[in-house]
Amino acid sequence: MKKFLAAALAGAMCLSLMAGCSNSSAPSNPSNPSNSSTPAASNPSAPAASAPSASGAAFKLGGIGPLTGGNAIYGNAVMNGAKIAVDEINALGGIQLEFNPQDDVSDAETSVNAYNNLKDWGMQALVGTVTTGPCIAVSAEVFNDRIFALTPSASSTDVISGKDNMFQVCFTDPNQGVGAADYISQNMAGSKVAIIYQNDSAYSQGIRDTFVAEAAAKGLEVVSETTFTEDTQTDFSVQVAAAQAAGADVIFLPIYYTPASVILTQAKAAGYEPTFFGVDGMDGILTVEGFDISLAEGVMLLTPFSADADDARTKNFVDTYAKLYNGETPNQFAADGYDAVYIIYEALQAANCTPDMSAQDICEALVAVMPTITVDGLTGAGMTWAATGEVSKAPMAVVIKDGVYVTP
Amino acid sequence: MEFLNYLISGISLGSIYAIIALGYTMVYGIAKMLNFAHGDVIMVGSYVAFCAISYLHLPALVAIVLAMAVCTALGVIIEGLAYRPLRQAGSLAVLITAIGVSYFLQNAAQLIWGATPKNFTSVVGFKVPPLFGGALTVSGEAVVTIAACIVIMAVLTWFTGSTKMGKAMRACSEDKSAAQLMGINVNSTISMTFAIGSALAAVAGVLLCSFSPVLMPTTGSMPGIKAFTAAVFGGIGSIPGAFLGGILLGVIEALAKAYISTNLANSIVFAVLIVVLLVRPAGLMGKYVPEKV
Amino acid sequence: MNGFQSKWKGLKKTTKVDFATYLGVTAAFLIVSFCQSRGMINSSMGGMLVPICCYIVMAVSLNLTVGILGELSLGHAGFMSVGAFSGVIAAMSLREAIPAAPLRLAVAMAVGAVFAAIAGTLVGVPALRLRGDYLAIVTLAFGEIIKELINCLLVGHDSKGLHIALNISGSLSINDLHLEEGGVAIIKGAQGAAGTTKIATFAAGYVLIMAALVIILNLVRSRSGRAIMAVRDNRIAAESVGINVTKYKLMAFVTSAALAGAAGALYGLNYSSLAASKFNFNTSILVLVYVVLGGLGNMWGSIVATVVLYVLPEALREFDNYRMLVYAIVLIVIMLATNNDQIKEKLDAVRRRFTGKGEEARG
Repeated sequence: MKKFLAAALAGAMCLSLMAGCSNSSAPSNPSNPSNSSTPAASNPSAPAASAPSASGAAFKLGGIGPLTGGNAIYGNAVMNGAKIAVDEINALGGIQLEFNPQDDVSDAETSVNAYNNLKDWGMQALVGTVTTGPCIAVSAEVFNDRIFALTPSASSTDVISGKDNMFQVCFTDPNQGVGAADYISQNMAGSKVAIIYQNDSAYSQGIRDTFVAEAAAKGLEVVSETTFTEDTQTDFSVQVAAAQAAGADVIFLPIYYTPASVILTQAKAAGYEPTFFGVDGMDGILTVEGFDISLAEGVMLLTPFSADADDARTKNFVDTYAKLYNGETPNQFAADGYDAVYIIYEALQAANCTPDMSAQDICEALVAVMPTITVDGLTGAGMTWAATGEVSKAPMAVVIKDGVYVTP
Repeated sequence: MEFLNYLISGISLGSIYAIIALGYTMVYGIAKMLNFAHGDVIMVGSYVAFCAISYLHLPALVAIVLAMAVCTALGVIIEGLAYRPLRQAGSLAVLITAIGVSYFLQNAAQLIWGATPKNFTSVVGFKVPPLFGGALTVSGEAVVTIAACIVIMAVLTWFTGSTKMGKAMRACSEDKSAAQLMGINVNSTISMTFAIGSALAAVAGVLLCSFSPVLMPTTGSMPGIKAFTAAVFGGIGSIPGAFLGGILLGVIEALAKAYISTNLANSIVFAVLIVVLLVRPAGLMGKYVPEKV
Repeated sequence: MNGFQSKWKGLKKTTKVDFATYLGVTAAFLIVSFCQSRGMINSSMGGMLVPICCYIVMAVSLNLTVGILGELSLGHAGFMSVGAFSGVIAAMSLREAIPAAPLRLAVAMAVGAVFAAIAGTLVGVPALRLRGDYLAIVTLAFGEIIKELINCLLVGHDSKGLHIALNISGSLSINDLHLEEGGVAIIKGAQGAAGTTKIATFAAGYVLIMAALVIILNLVRSRSGRAIMAVRDNRIAAESVGINVTKYKLMAFVTSAALAGAAGALYGLNYSSLAASKFNFNTSILVLVYVVLGGLGNMWGSIVATVVLYVLPEALREFDNYRMLVYAIVLIVIMLATNNDQIKEKLDAVRRRFTGKGEEARG
């Protein structure tokens, strides 16, 4: 019996190997995962990114991020935002884009697999990856293969360091840590700060490290530092109690909004009401379904994007997003994804690229043009890039009042 | 006073572990299988309660009953479709199937409810006034969780000890073929166990999410593993053992976070578990059965 | 030719299967390498070769513990983790001492194997006194402990040598190692290893698989291997004929851990970023699934199952968001089908028709 099963498995292995071989001869054969019209067709909630018919006149844009698993919220938001941008650009009638988002479950290994899959598809530029750890792994591949990549949201400096063709839409971690420490020391001088950060997240740890260094330089007193991990993000009563016992009046939360909403709830239950100060990961907290927004009253955060902004472009984006995705409000990640596509679009125009150019040629052209362009996006006006890949835009400190962001 | 605060948060967290562990331990005691999908049944229960409260605007109690009903049905279906055909197969085959079921539930939940976390509104409506002039704060959730845990444990002890069904369960867990010879329907007894275990999972899910309001498709997996640890800690198959194991696990976790290191809280819990198992190889309250030739 | 045939016939059945396994792996390696050199393998497949090799070694080594020794281990990824991080540290700090990448990779794998063997001994000595599900939970616990410890680990290397710190309080960072100018931060706590130089190759993966097979198959067919299987089949009987149960259990367990460590080192050096959270409970389970589907104690079964199940989720990318759902269903259906008596009988009948005889090798 075992033998027979094994033989069947062996047969399947041969088939899969052959499938692997045959794909190479025809990079975009019909069996390939997401060709032109299918990238989103099998996802009922998403609209088909209306790609032009496979005439070869479109740039092939790959996307990588966690679409399933624990981090799926970030990946899905980015890809949804990016799809809106692709649709808008294609409707303009100029440069046409074809977008193919792939899942990496926020895992470096799967991310590299997804990247290779996109390469077989004929990807000419990459929007991704969404999360930091996988992005570092993919950025090494991208650098070797000379494919242009722009990450919407992987904020570690390790992502871009030493790779000339890797650019960021979001702030780097040091940027945010320093910004937060400066803001607190200027506007809340003499306050005692407690930090709760996620010790197994590169993003959280990165911001915390620079925050602590800058806080020491600015004479800010850090009275309590506690951590949590992916596995322990359900209970923060001890961390909150420790901050309370240390007499902290500001709690710095360099974390994503999901655990942050638990901290707010549990602090409230413990009758403890300090000022909470978050970074861009905190954006989105008001959009959590069922979240009691009175809990977030007075929370301060640094964010590049506000869904409540009243400029026409943001309003239009928020409306389209709600229409396409079950009435959800886009968060910062969606805006990053949207901006990423527009940035690539602007760069392609500036570099006079055509869809028939090879990925390597496009890469060299874009790398040359990136430091020279200025893009107005949802996450910042007048974004510019250093040759290192770092973006320059102003973080904006906002405070939540009555469920909306207000500039203090 | 700080210590008391930590202790109470540990006990209330531990009570949730204990309720989940009670379900784990009953299933293990009878089916002799590690049901890794148990944690995901918790998640399904929470989602059902969430939908009932947020979309159908049902009162909290009705929502809990609905969640229990759905989870009971789910538990029985899973047992019938996935585990029953494997009753004669090796324990590893059942383990892998349970893992398959766990993946299935997580991914199905993501397709149904989306990956975006939901914020679960607590089902506990009252607040406990601050004690000792505000030095000690006990949340309403903690009180309800601890009370629920004690009640469930008492009912289960009575059920397995005194009712006919409970006795049938114990007979099955001792020796399935002997139980069958005595006229006990083994299959329906095992289904019943899954039903009870899954109903408990629904309660645990609602309490877990009242305590920690973020609800995602992966919400159940870590509490599931922790509860499994708690069940082994107390002696798997033993009902008072699961209760004791759950509470101790919660308290150790809270105190380790408070006084040793938040970085290593889980490690300390697991290290204590290893030490306990080395001293008492069948857990705190488990019976050590020497092998016979 | 005749002489060879009679020699081949004279060999024991198990020896034949072993040789066929070596031959099969070598043939697969040669064919794939040939295809790759001719550009016939697409990058998706090409990128999966090294991780497949790593998981094959993980699967055959776990098969030694689960199939041959008969103990359930849910923490195999923990040993992989120890091997991966010690291997990365070794490879990164020896960059100047050993400039040749293949040699450095070999040293890194050896270092990974040694550290994983040490971890295996530390876990095995106390844990192997337990049995069944209790052993399973202790190995699971160990895997989680390793994961958290590595999350706290800070390692850097400069001209003065290695700097290591354990960030237990949560208030240290890589800056506290005070590395000199030009030093490299190898492991940065939660960020794990970032910026590792990729030196893993498919050829190294093949060599590792062959080494693992030679070690395991020779162990299994030796006197010690028979003792290990005797312990599995009846511990009390084995003890009563004078077999030192602890010694043989530990021998199998530590060998298995060391091989997992070597596989981990290869894996770690195949990606420029590596986080401890990768080696969690789910990874251990994944490898266990390979082993169970390939057949307990059946090494070549593990190899084939690994390849198929590793490629499967990638091949299912067409299903988009339904990918992992389909994977879960396939998993359940395979388990149900292979354990269903009716299907078993039908399959047996089909096979008998093909082979013309009822002879069967239980491998």
